[in-house]
Amino acid sequence: MSVTISSHTTQTKEQSSLLTWIDKNKGKWTSWILIAIVVFYVTFLILTPITALAFGAFEKGIGEIISSLNQPDVFLAFWNTLWISLVVVTIHAIFGTLVAWVFVRHRFPGRNLINGLVDMPFAVSPVVAGYMLLLLFGRNGILAPVIEQLGIQVAFAMPGMLLATMFVTLPFMIRELIPVLEAFDTRQEKAAATLGANGWQTFWRVTFPALRWGMIYGITLTFARALGEFGAVLVIGGGVQGRTETATLFIYRALEERQYIGAYSAALVLGLFSLILVLGSDWLRRRKH
Amino acid sequence: MNLQTTITQTNNKQSRTLPWGQLGIRSLALGYLTLMLIIPLLIILQDGLREGFVEFWRQVTLPTAWHALKLTLWTSALMTVINIMMGTLTAFVLVRYEFPGKTILNGIIDLPLAIPTLVTGVMLVILFGPQEVLGSWLKEQFDFSVIYAPPGIILALLFLTFPFVVRSVQPVLMELDLAQERAAATLGAGGWTIFRRIILPPLTLPVVTGALLSFARAIGEFGSIVIVAGNIPFLSQTAAVYVFGEVESENRLGASAVSIVMVAIAYSLLMLADYLRKRSKSSKRELT
Repeated sequence: MSVTISSHTTQTKEQSSLLTWIDKNKGKWTSWILIAIVVFYVTFLILTPITALAFGAFEKGIGEIISSLNQPDVFLAFWNTLWISLVVVTIHAIFGTLVAWVFVRHRFPGRNLINGLVDMPFAVSPVVAGYMLLLLFGRNGILAPVIEQLGIQVAFAMPGMLLATMFVTLPFMIRELIPVLEAFDTRQEKAAATLGANGWQTFWRVTFPALRWGMIYGITLTFARALGEFGAVLVIGGGVQGRTETATLFIYRALEERQYIGAYSAALVLGLFSLILVLGSDWLRRRKH
Repeated sequence: MNLQTTITQTNNKQSRTLPWGQLGIRSLALGYLTLMLIIPLLIILQDGLREGFVEFWRQVTLPTAWHALKLTLWTSALMTVINIMMGTLTAFVLVRYEFPGKTILNGIIDLPLAIPTLVTGVMLVILFGPQEVLGSWLKEQFDFSVIYAPPGIILALLFLTFPFVVRSVQPVLMELDLAQERAAATLGAGGWTIFRRIILPPLTLPVVTGALLSFARAIGEFGSIVIVAGNIPFLSQTAAVYVFGEVESENRLGASAVSIVMVAIAYSLLMLADYLRKRSKSSKRELT
C-alpha cells in the first residue's frame, strides 16, 4: 500500500516539474521545435534500430535464443573473440603507453610525420588492413618464405587475426594517453628524483597513477573495438567454422545461412557486452571525478 | 617560440646524457610503429604500383571499381552533409537548452561508438529488410528500398559517425560568450541573424573537423555496409566491398589499386583535419 502511495507521489512530482518546465518555456516555440527535432532524430537513428535488434532476437522466445547459441561452434567463436581482444588489449596497454610517452617526451626527426600516421587505422578500411597482412604473410606474400622456415602459420590462423585486430585498434590507447601525458606536470617527477627515487620508481609511483584513468579509458575503447572487429579478421582469417571464426564472423555466416535467430541473438549478446563495457568505464570515470 | 626550441634543445641534450634507457624506449616504440603501421602501408603501395602507374590507373577506372568508388564518395558526402546539420543542431540543443531527459540524450550520442558496426548492419536489416514490416511497407507504398540500396548505406554511415560532429562542436559551443549574442540582440538582430553572424563563425572549424573525421571514417566502412547493402555491382557495391571481392577472387592488382586510392583519400582527409586543428590552436594562442 505504502509503495503505491510513494510511487504515486513521485509521479505527480515528475508531472509537476514537467508542467513548470512547460510553463517556463511557454512561447519559446523555436526552442521547442529544435528540441523535438533532435529527440526525434536520435530516436529514429539510434534507439529504434537498437530496439529492433532486441525484438528480432526475442521474436520466437528466449528458448530459441538459447538453443541457437548453445552450440560448440558458437562458443568457440565467442571464445576466440574474447581471447584475441584480451591479448590485443594487453599488448596495446604496454606498447601504446610507450609510444605515447615517446611522442610527448622525446623530440626526433620525423616525429610529426609518424604522429600523423598513428591515426591511419582509424580511417583505413578494415578490409584493406586485413589485405595488407595477406600481402605480407599470405601464400605468395613477401614474408612467406621466412614464416615457412619458422614453421608458423599467420594467414588463415590466429596470429594473423591477432595482428589484424592490433592494426585496427592501434590509435585508441595512444590518443587517450597523449593529452594526459601532456597535461602532466613533470616537476612531480623531478621532485621524486631529488628525493632519491630511481627512474622505475618514479614512473611506477608518480607518473603511472596520473595516467591510470586515461589508460582505463584507452583499454575500454580498444577492447570494444577489438570485440567488434569484422572486416580485417574476415580477410586474414577466412572465417573457417570451428577454427578461425570469431563472434562477428559467426553472425555473418549465420545471416548468410539464414539462421536469423542465431545471428540476431549473437549480435545482441555482442552488442550488449561492448555496451556494458563502455558505459561501465564511463560511469566509473564520472564517479571518480 | 624561441623558448620552446631552447627547451627542446635542452631536452635533447638530456636524453643524450642518459642514452641507454631512453634510447631503448624510443627504438622500442618506433620499432613497434614501423612493424604495425609503416611496413603494411608501404607494402600495399608497392604492390599496387608494381606494374606501373598506367596499369594502376586502368585497374582503378575499370567500370565496376570506378562505380564502387563513386558510390562510396557520394554516399559518404551526403551522409556528411546531413551529419553537419543534425550534429550541429544536436550540440546546440544539448548546450543551450534545459529539458527533461537531457542527460540521457547526451549519453545516447556515444552509443554508436560502443556498438560493433556489423551489429549496426544487423539492426538496420531487422528494421528495414524487405521481409520486415517497415521495409515491405515502404516498398509497397513508395517503392522505396533501404536495404541493398544506397539509402541503407547512408543510414548505416549516419549511425556510426553521429558522435563525431556533435562531440567536436559541443565543447566550442560551451565556451562561447553569451554577452556577444545579447549585444547583438539589443542592437536589433533577430534569432537567425544572431545565429548566422555571431554563433556560426567560431563553429566553422570544429564543424569542418568533425565532418572530415566522419567522411574519412565512412570511406573505409565495411562491416555494416556488407550487411546492409550486400554486394551488387553497379548498385550497392562500395569500394571496401569491392576490394573484399577482388581479394576473394585473387585479383591482387585490382584489390591493391583501389586500396591505394582509399588509403590516399583517408590520409589526406586526416592530414587536413590535423592541420585545421593545429591552426585553430595557434590562432587561440595568438589571441591570449
